[in-house]
Amino acid sequence: MTTVDDRPSAPPAGAPRPRVNPVLALLRNSWRQLTSMRTALILLFLLAIAAIPGSVLPQRGVNPEKVTEYFVDHPDLAPRLDQLGMFEVFASVWFSAIYLLLFTSLVGCILPRARDHVRALRMRPPAAPKRLERLPQHAVLEAPAAADPEAIAAVLRRRRWRVAVRGNEVSAEKGYLKETGNLLFHVSLVAVLLGVALGSWYGWHGNRILVSGADNAFCNTRQQYAEASLGPRVDSADLPPFCLTLDRFEADYLASGQASRYWATVTVDHLDDGSTRTAGFSVNSPLRLDTANVYLLGNGYAPILKYTDRYGRTQTSTAPFLRSGDQNATEEGVAAFPDANVDPKTGKRAPDQQVAFDGLYLPTAPDSAPFVASQFPAERNPAVVLAAYRGNLGLDAGIPGSVYKLDQRQVANGKLKQIGEKVLRPGEKWTLDDGSTLEFVGTKPYITISVRHAPGQTMMLAACGTLLLGLMGSLFARRRRVWFRVSPPVGGSPTSGSSLVEAGGLPRTEHPGFADEFAQLVAAVSDDGRDDRRAREGDE
Amino acid sequence: MSALSDQLVTFAILAYLVAMISHAVEYALGNARKVPAAAPARELVGAGVGGAGGTVEEPAGAVTPAATRAGRSAARAALAGRIAAWITVLAAALHLGAVVTRGLAAERMPWGNMYEFVLTVTWIGAAAWLVVLWKQPSLRRLGLFLTLVMVLLLAFAELKLYVQVVPLMPALQSYWFIIHVSTIIFASGIFLLGVVPAVAYLMRAGWEQGKRSFPYTLARRLPAAAGLERLTFTLHAFAFPVFTFAVIAGAIWAEAAWGRAWGWDPKETWAFISWVVYAGYLHARATPSVKRNVATWISVVGFLTMLMNLFGVNFFFTGLHSYAGV
Repeated sequence: MTTVDDRPSAPPAGAPRPRVNPVLALLRNSWRQLTSMRTALILLFLLAIAAIPGSVLPQRGVNPEKVTEYFVDHPDLAPRLDQLGMFEVFASVWFSAIYLLLFTSLVGCILPRARDHVRALRMRPPAAPKRLERLPQHAVLEAPAAADPEAIAAVLRRRRWRVAVRGNEVSAEKGYLKETGNLLFHVSLVAVLLGVALGSWYGWHGNRILVSGADNAFCNTRQQYAEASLGPRVDSADLPPFCLTLDRFEADYLASGQASRYWATVTVDHLDDGSTRTAGFSVNSPLRLDTANVYLLGNGYAPILKYTDRYGRTQTSTAPFLRSGDQNATEEGVAAFPDANVDPKTGKRAPDQQVAFDGLYLPTAPDSAPFVASQFPAERNPAVVLAAYRGNLGLDAGIPGSVYKLDQRQVANGKLKQIGEKVLRPGEKWTLDDGSTLEFVGTKPYITISVRHAPGQTMMLAACGTLLLGLMGSLFARRRRVWFRVSPPVGGSPTSGSSLVEAGGLPRTEHPGFADEFAQLVAAVSDDGRDDRRAREGDE
Repeated sequence: MSALSDQLVTFAILAYLVAMISHAVEYALGNARKVPAAAPARELVGAGVGGAGGTVEEPAGAVTPAATRAGRSAARAALAGRIAAWITVLAAALHLGAVVTRGLAAERMPWGNMYEFVLTVTWIGAAAWLVVLWKQPSLRRLGLFLTLVMVLLLAFAELKLYVQVVPLMPALQSYWFIIHVSTIIFASGIFLLGVVPAVAYLMRAGWEQGKRSFPYTLARRLPAAAGLERLTFTLHAFAFPVFTFAVIAGAIWAEAAWGRAWGWDPKETWAFISWVVYAGYLHARATPSVKRNVATWISVVGFLTMLMNLFGVNFFFTGLHSYAGV
């Protein structure tokens, strides 16, 4: 691996042919170097090694939260790794450089080979060498049944050999499929790469949470996604217009708490033609719309929290609480009421009178304290465990923050104060110190979805099919040649009156079974194909 | 049914262990090829490499005492080898029974977690080994290494990976589960078997080049290097398209389940690495200017990446392929 290109291109000054333009010579030598198998092998290994950090370090494209975590845990190392593109390995310059060089090398290798192969396909099998007995396989047939070149050629053709008859000689070749398959495999690889490129240029995707109910419907615009990414050739206006409403979400669980089935029912409104339909989808069976696919990635519960402020105004939050990661669907979240306690007389918002609640939602809460974890993922004994905060939520500062967490800086600097903690079951009310109340009404299910449009996938699938076909041809087909030479009976031959046939065989690639095949072929020629027919009947 | 499966695994491990010991006896008793090249002794060569189905030829009458001793020893070695091969057949049958009863107990294909995965991969390796042995009995001595690998992997699975039978989680409930996982298991099993002749070749080739230091001395009684190398290539050439298909099937499934065909999940990344390394092996093998032992080393590296993907990724990284019970 360390001996990369230890044979540099000849320096222009020392070029043996002074008439050749030195720049061209350098280019040609570099090209030869690049398209050599050695270079291709080295590039393959570099590709494998370059992919390793992509699995060891968190990747932005896979799990952006983990990257943020890594930056917090390794404040010194992370920025340096980031400069090297270690958090986006598969989009980094060096990774791209390796695979682009590899594919250039590949194309440079297969183009001349394809040309040669087409030439070989159009050429007749080559003439027999003078001394057939020097070939790896050799046989002399005395008085065979197929004694003239045309009869031998017919036997070979029946066995699907390419045959050429030249006078008293028969040349035959078989196994062109090996090279055809090899070329098909490599062309398919290029097609897969093009499919990937197509997908990344013209594809788009967005992720978000969809809480059930008509008032929580979402429409397919970029702003409505929590996280979206559009390919460079896609504009926000290109997103197909449709809206989704989650009508129902069902989840079945085993006694152990392991989920056994999910099913989401949604209403799809196509805004372009005004049509509406209801559709169901699940994990492994996405909702396939004409213009995009909707995938079910996760699910959870959004507690309905009704807050009545000290002026008697009521607001309701159905903010989804996120799964904390345990098996039993313990969820964490925040219900924020930034517009609470607006004085109805003045209509002014008091920035230090905002209210928020954070805590846990337990679908199956234990009967007694501590209320820290759910005991089952289905809603058997739901409860929220909330802490109330009053003060400035820090939402107006313009600093982006998570909507699923309170701004802890505001708590730390005393602008947001905790004013109590309570466990609420559905229907229960909690009266705070200022007379305002919070009611836990119930929950709504939510689903996490990914909406995607990935052009190029059909092309990739087709290319994968041809890739496999090509691969099998390339690995299992074997190129080999045989020759037969018919000599007229000469005086002194023990069986005068009949001709003598000499046969030779040459495997052009490793072929352990060639001796057997050659023997069978010779036997078939001896019997004029009778063996052949018997063998074929035996196969059926 | 689940308890029966567990018992069968234990018995299979014991049977592989006995087969390994028997192979070790064959190994220790010597090599028929080492018999002095006297004319009568040459017949014994046939006995030594006669294979599982062959018959022991009686030592011919007029032989020197030394040749008789060597001949007797060779006959005993051949007997031990044949016993080892038959015990391996028994072990593989028990092993298959364990896989099947596990599947019956779970009422699904027994590939829902790492324990079941290792259990099935090792069975594929053992079954493929028996096929190889049947076709090329002269390679029987490799059985020592193969049974060693079996005992180690199965014992590790039993001690460290064992989990109770549970149904599949929703993410795995798809017919692609059967297609993707079965082909991955099949390819992994063949790659697992492939690494045995690969390592044996590397040692044996060293021995044949006159190296007499530690790892090479182990290869003194191994089959000839060229045959080992050819077997290595045959197994890898067979497994590679299956592995390629399995990865493609995985991508098709990933599109339906996770919304993208390829997302550089750690498991996908390592499958990519393995694929690239094995592709490198096949290219190196097909290139005359690359030495055979360099190519074989690449295949060993490929197997290490497969191991990394199975154990390393499951234990150290979390990704979309992390399912309950590792």
